[in-house]
Amino acid sequence: MAATAPAASSARRPPAPTAAPLLEAREIGVEIDSNAILDDVSIEVGAGEIVGLVGPNGAGKSTLLRAATGLVPLRAGRIHVGGNALDDLSRGELARRVAVVQQLPEAPATLSVRQLALLGRHPHLRLLARESSRDHAIAEAALRQAGCSELAGRELGTLSGGERRRAFIARALAQQAPLLLLDEPTANLDAGAQHEMLELVADLASSGTGVLLVVHDLTLAIAYCDRLVLLDRGRVAASGAPRDVITPELVGRLYGNSVSVVAHPLTGAPLVLPSRLGG
Amino acid sequence: MNRERVGARAVEGALDPIPGSAVARAVEALRGLGPGSAALALLAAVALLALTQGAAAIPPQTVLRVLLDALPLIEVDANAPATWERIIVDIRLPRVIAAGVVGAALAYSGASYQGVFRNPLAGPFLLGVASGAALGAAIAIISPLRVDAYGFGWVPVFAFAGALLTVLLVYLLATGSGRLDNVTLILAGVALSAVFGAATAFILLTGGEEARPIFSFLFGGFNTASWERVVWAAPYLAVGAVFVAVYARTMNVLQLDEEQAAQLGVDVTRTKLIVLAAASLMAATAVAIAGVIGFVGLLVPHAVRLVFGTDHRRLLPLSALFGASFLIAVDTFARTVLAPQELPVGVMTALIGGPFFLWLLRTRRVEVS
Repeated sequence: MAATAPAASSARRPPAPTAAPLLEAREIGVEIDSNAILDDVSIEVGAGEIVGLVGPNGAGKSTLLRAATGLVPLRAGRIHVGGNALDDLSRGELARRVAVVQQLPEAPATLSVRQLALLGRHPHLRLLARESSRDHAIAEAALRQAGCSELAGRELGTLSGGERRRAFIARALAQQAPLLLLDEPTANLDAGAQHEMLELVADLASSGTGVLLVVHDLTLAIAYCDRLVLLDRGRVAASGAPRDVITPELVGRLYGNSVSVVAHPLTGAPLVLPSRLGG
Repeated sequence: MNRERVGARAVEGALDPIPGSAVARAVEALRGLGPGSAALALLAAVALLALTQGAAAIPPQTVLRVLLDALPLIEVDANAPATWERIIVDIRLPRVIAAGVVGAALAYSGASYQGVFRNPLAGPFLLGVASGAALGAAIAIISPLRVDAYGFGWVPVFAFAGALLTVLLVYLLATGSGRLDNVTLILAGVALSAVFGAATAFILLTGGEEARPIFSFLFGGFNTASWERVVWAAPYLAVGAVFVAVYARTMNVLQLDEEQAAQLGVDVTRTKLIVLAAASLMAATAVAIAGVIGFVGLLVPHAVRLVFGTDHRRLLPLSALFGASFLIAVDTFARTVLAPQELPVGVMTALIGGPFFLWLLRTRRVEVS
């Protein structure tokens, strides 16, 4: 994503990703009110990689994202971000390494899209600093990249669901973090907007950003992700290349008989379709 | 955008003077200035007007000359009777400044509370400052203590201590889990306020004639304003204001939900703790010098936010300036409208502020997050 940001920013990018994975979770366990939400989960995201986190509702996907930013305590295991243990990173350092877009982020309805994007510069600013012209330029570049340049002056309260989603993506891009965590970025979007969103994610990955993506639509997950991690009731049911993870057996076991997996007639890639035949 | 314009027009409309008059030309000039200069100019105008009002009506030119003359190193022929000079410098000026300082402190601390709680209904008294101060004042009033402290009696000192102890207690009750949960904080504030309010009522009911001054504390006012009180309050207010100001930009990030703020690098608990402590210190100081004056801290920052937007770097200073103008104006009205009788300022702010707030609610969508 630094590709479209001002050149000066490239000098401040974190160390080369070959050194350590951007995100490395090892055998982590999370308990909330003594219910095991995650158990023995391992996951790794490298630079330029799109890893899809899939699984039925309540599998622990969002909790995993929250754990990766230190918002829920770990009962077991460890998480490293950019080579450092989570506990060794300050909130500011962490925010320079990981940008997150939650499922339903909140913001005042009167905030403009541009102001929101500029808030993404917070982790790069000292307590008393004002946003510099460089910060403004980076925020504008993030708005362009997320496709919201035309929306920049609009208030959040006036946006459609898809526009709002893109505004928060712009905020995350302005953070210039090498790792992006997206919780269901395609939820509530129409089919065209879903693909636009994921094309944007693919662009980001091709310029080096690592992406961990929670996604419900398995067919989209197969189409856009390099690897998938399938969670089921807090455990990893399968992980690896999409076509190895999305098998008729696993999908049938986890999602029930109302969905079927068929092979794409041209590519042979798995497609997840409703079992019921309409039309 | 659109709503911002509507609000600006509404405020301008409310200030529309007689066309062609000197006031009209002044307002026209004000519109050309930025919001900060406009707020400053309004404050100067309101303060000057307040100094002219009272039992003796003194023309503004004379007030200006007397003020200039009172400044060190400046000699101006005030051309005014000595009694006027005394009235302006020793009686009206301390009162106007006290009202301005308290209005600024309440509005500034209200803006801080609203920013941290992401709730426009939050005010400077949310965490029990008012009830703690009232109980402190009540105890001082019925106690045998009559020794002057800092030149103005034990009541403000006890009120100040009561306010701060209450906020401290609310903190301790709310931070059991190590986090600073908004709902727990507010509920702890409400519960403690109820208990202390009951204790104050008990003192009022059983204290007889001796307890009657508690009423004037509960309704607030500046009839005992003095230079000593203002000077005593200044350092506390300055410290509180600086601590909040340091976090002004961080408070912009806190307008997003707390998880998002944390993921943007904000230490949410620390920020809330510092801002709330600093804002409570300011509110406690304000209550100590003027008693409980409601609505200023709720209303002024809210109106400023509607008109000038939510950036706290602008919202905080503008709230202070408009809060000062508002309370000076209300206090002047309260002391002159039924002269020689004075109305309690707290009653007046509620009487004026309540309907204004309702008007805001009707004309603008108010966000409750």
